[in-house]
Amino acid sequence: MRQPLLVVKGLQTHFELRQWGFLRLGSVRALDGVDFTLDAGESAAVVGESGCGKSTLARTLLGIYRPTAGEAWFAGQSLARLQGRALKEYRARVGYVQQDPYGALPPFMTVRRALAEPLIIHGVRGRAERERRIAAALEEVGLGASPEVQESYPHQLSGGQQQRVVIARALLLRPRLIIADEPVSMLDASVRVEILDLLQRVQTEHGIALLYITHDLSTVRHYAQRVMVMYAGRLAEQAPVESLLARPQHPYSEALLAALVDPEAGNADQERQVPQGEPPNLLNPPAGCRFHPRCPKFMAGTCDRKEPPAFEPFSGHLAACWLRRGQ
Amino acid sequence: MSQNGRERSPMSPWREGFRRLRRYPSALVGVLIIAGLVGTALYAVLAMPYSEAQKLWRGGEVWYDLPVNASPVWLDRLTGGQAPPTLKVSSRDAVTTTREFENVTIQQLILPFDFYYQQFPSELNLFLEADFTQRQPFVRLAWHTPDGLEIPLGARRIGAAERISISQDQILTRRLGLPPQIGLFAQDQSSGVAPGQSPAVRQGSYQLVLETVHFEPDTEIRAELVAYGRVHGLAGTDHQRRDLLVALLWGTPVALAFGLIAAVGTTVTTLVIAAAGVWYRGWLDAAIQRLTEVNIILPLLPILVMVGTLYSTSIWLMLGVVVALGIFSAGIKMYRAMLLPIREAPYIEAARAYGAGGGRIVLRYMVPRVLPVLIPTFVTLIPTYVFLEASLAVLGLGDPVLPTWGKVLHDAQTQSALYHGFYYWVVGPALLLMLTGLGFAMLGFALDRVFNPRLRNL
Amino acid sequence: MTEIPLLEIKDLRLSYATERGPVWAVDGVSLELRRGEALVVLGESGCGKSSLAKTLLRILPRNARPPGGQVWLEGVNVLAFPEERFRREVRWLRMSLVMQAAMNALNPVIRVGEQVAEPLLIHRGWSKSRALKRAAEVFVEVGIAPAFLSRYPHELSGGMRQRAVLAMALIAEPDLVILDEPTSALDVLTQASIMNVLKRIKRERGTSFVLITHDVATSSELADRVALMYAGQVVEEASATTFFRQPAHPYSRLLMAAVPRLHQREKPVGIAGRPPSLLDPPPGCRFAARCPHNSPACAQDPEVIELADRHRVRCWLPVGGGVP
Repeated sequence: MRQPLLVVKGLQTHFELRQWGFLRLGSVRALDGVDFTLDAGESAAVVGESGCGKSTLARTLLGIYRPTAGEAWFAGQSLARLQGRALKEYRARVGYVQQDPYGALPPFMTVRRALAEPLIIHGVRGRAERERRIAAALEEVGLGASPEVQESYPHQLSGGQQQRVVIARALLLRPRLIIADEPVSMLDASVRVEILDLLQRVQTEHGIALLYITHDLSTVRHYAQRVMVMYAGRLAEQAPVESLLARPQHPYSEALLAALVDPEAGNADQERQVPQGEPPNLLNPPAGCRFHPRCPKFMAGTCDRKEPPAFEPFSGHLAACWLRRGQ
Repeated sequence: MSQNGRERSPMSPWREGFRRLRRYPSALVGVLIIAGLVGTALYAVLAMPYSEAQKLWRGGEVWYDLPVNASPVWLDRLTGGQAPPTLKVSSRDAVTTTREFENVTIQQLILPFDFYYQQFPSELNLFLEADFTQRQPFVRLAWHTPDGLEIPLGARRIGAAERISISQDQILTRRLGLPPQIGLFAQDQSSGVAPGQSPAVRQGSYQLVLETVHFEPDTEIRAELVAYGRVHGLAGTDHQRRDLLVALLWGTPVALAFGLIAAVGTTVTTLVIAAAGVWYRGWLDAAIQRLTEVNIILPLLPILVMVGTLYSTSIWLMLGVVVALGIFSAGIKMYRAMLLPIREAPYIEAARAYGAGGGRIVLRYMVPRVLPVLIPTFVTLIPTYVFLEASLAVLGLGDPVLPTWGKVLHDAQTQSALYHGFYYWVVGPALLLMLTGLGFAMLGFALDRVFNPRLRNL
Repeated sequence: MTEIPLLEIKDLRLSYATERGPVWAVDGVSLELRRGEALVVLGESGCGKSSLAKTLLRILPRNARPPGGQVWLEGVNVLAFPEERFRREVRWLRMSLVMQAAMNALNPVIRVGEQVAEPLLIHRGWSKSRALKRAAEVFVEVGIAPAFLSRYPHELSGGMRQRAVLAMALIAEPDLVILDEPTSALDVLTQASIMNVLKRIKRERGTSFVLITHDVATSSELADRVALMYAGQVVEEASATTFFRQPAHPYSRLLMAAVPRLHQREKPVGIAGRPPSLLDPPPGCRFAARCPHNSPACAQDPEVIELADRHRVRCWLPVGGGVP
């Protein structure tokens, strides 16, 4: 049996808007009640449009933002209560891979120096020991531990190489979870797959859990076991990848799948079905289901009244949509 | 240069920057000027210890044999002049004849010297020393001109150590009709000098003949004749006969040290404080901002004048005040504007995610990012502080004991040097100040061009 | 056929002066586009596709050297026009541009409507009310309510701003609209609906498009023809059908295999290596170092071969041994 590594319950992160530093204008409900679990060694994708709260979720889990409400437990420990050494310890257990590989590396540090940082911070004192671990991590991500690589500055590396260094950095402290926030969206098509392959390889080899955050549903099939679809700060649907692709249960997931095209001849001749409108303003989200103003299957009197709970139409396939009530 | 773009030898941004710097001739000139100043400073400190410099600058008897307000030798020679330097003849070089009588010894000392210059000396002094126990010896002086004329300069008793100012001799002045330092060296008076026209120098070998009468057997008399010139050394002298070279030389390390320490002290502290404010935000940032705003409207110079007047004008105290007031300067606002976007940089977020603490993020992740911009600012700031120190000294708030460029200017001003035509007195320190400004500015502006465009892709 | 193509690019070359020497961003590109067609210039970052767009509209950065080659717009070489004539006669009236992240290029203190109507005021000398009326029509066409004409840019969402910029490019009814990564900063759904707008405009107005993108899926959404660029050169130019079904160049094939697809069970495969530096590109085929079919012949510059009508490939492979 797999143990849940990460349990998230009702997690909310709101940002208060103030005018002149004290007048409260309200809160942006960037992350507004998210529940899921992630097993050790499991890879799950979080899919959604920009502003849906997926990056806020990542930063909240990394301890960069404090949650407003709700709880997250990592290996049985409550994140909200982590302080001092325990928090530092937790940060060593969670690796982070960001979207912009160039920005993610300090531009004034060599690769060696940038990789030494987390080790120094986490008390790896011996220089030889650090060098050994850095070399091992660089080998692991396929850059090789040659002095040329170690002495280069980020701007001397290609985007793919930079992202490999970032992944090496995430691996250095032997994490149990890697949170990858759009790790390939700034890379070229020919490199994307290589980076995703690399993430998948290290993840399976070391039994690391992976939370893969992306806007690109097309990469999900091969690189995640489970998908969570986020919309306006909440999870609309979560399901095993095949199940979601084969039978999306939430109208938003359906829209996403319909809008996404595989490159094929003849695409130019047909228009896509796209729901009207745009995602809601999270300062003042609509009542009921957040997708209801755009939903083609909107049911007046139901969807705009109460927030739909997560129904489970199929085993392990959850959808927060009133259409699935009673299934 | 190699055209091979694929060859990527890892090179630090710093080394890369300095490599690019070599392409700016202005930077090269700036570096040469700065190297010259640093060399001068090192020479000054090594050749003349701090205490020695202080002692010399205090003035007094150390400078007895230097003329007052003499211009630099090279200046005179460059303008085709042939002004005399200071000539000294001592009794050790003298021709001595001794005649012994009972209880009395009569000694004749002849102090010869050649005078082949086109201008008269500025002063004429005779220093006499005699050791005796009871009865003072007696001397009679006579001036022998090259054409054999003898001008008696009178007779007097000699003290243990005495200075006879021949050029101040009122009686002689009246007799010659000219100040003695001119009259004794002038062409024959009988041929007549038209009124208002200066007499010509009679060139040739002069002699001062001293006829001494001692009354004790072991009495020895030492005499030294000093014909003060009109030029001296590389830098000339001031109204207190002090060699300005001391101040110009020693002013260099003082100025450089002041500028460097003030610039380092203010820029680095300012940057670190700005970074801390940006990182921690909240009340710390607010406090730094308010403090800066208050400090910006406080005028620096009047505060320094006040401190100098009420407390002490020690250069180190001034330095402390300058640094203290310079920390919360407008630079904080500038660095803050540069650091605010850096705070949100992904690499800082990554550092937080792997557990870097606030102090580490400020010092290791934020500050180094801005350093490339800081270097040119810092280099151009050095002369600003050098000028500030000089201005303070000109205002009379210079360090009481240390020789500095500013103090030379101050003396020159109080002695109305320009009015009297002692241009060298002002030009020397002013030129050094300008060179300092020029050197650092040239280097600083070149550095700016090298490092600032890189800021965008760093 | 004697039809004069709408746009014909002949041996276009563009270099940027850098400290280390010239960088040849566009190195001998020849393309043609017929009226009503949409040509997609596809390529990865740094392949020169954006430089190509900037050369066409002559909005090059300062360190660019004067481009070589010819750009024929309906039989007239507009590249030879002096700048003033180009601005007066070509830019915006016959050829307009939507840039990447152009939505951030709107002036924040001027109402959207006035900015969108501006080309009509400047180039056509229309009255303001007439131009605004026209702007309202174009707004509807691109899918924004005309009420937004009187709003300021910050009151519009990113997707709406991008539509407004598109409206601005369309308002003077140019023959050719160049789109440089028009949707890459946008979300999936917004992207899809803007592509819908483009398809409709192409169908209804017969406007020709040059779409510049790095995204293979986006490229398939509008393309009649596809030109794939690699390291400053066009390596394959074909109709969309041919390109997506039977690409001939090894790079085209590998790129197709590298694209993750929703409805495909095989895993995508990346392409190892990276493109050569354009500062001093190696002689011969520029893809050779990454090519599985690398052979000694590739050390020589491959010629452009016309495999079929309007299907050109820059590769030795079809010559050496039939279709690989």
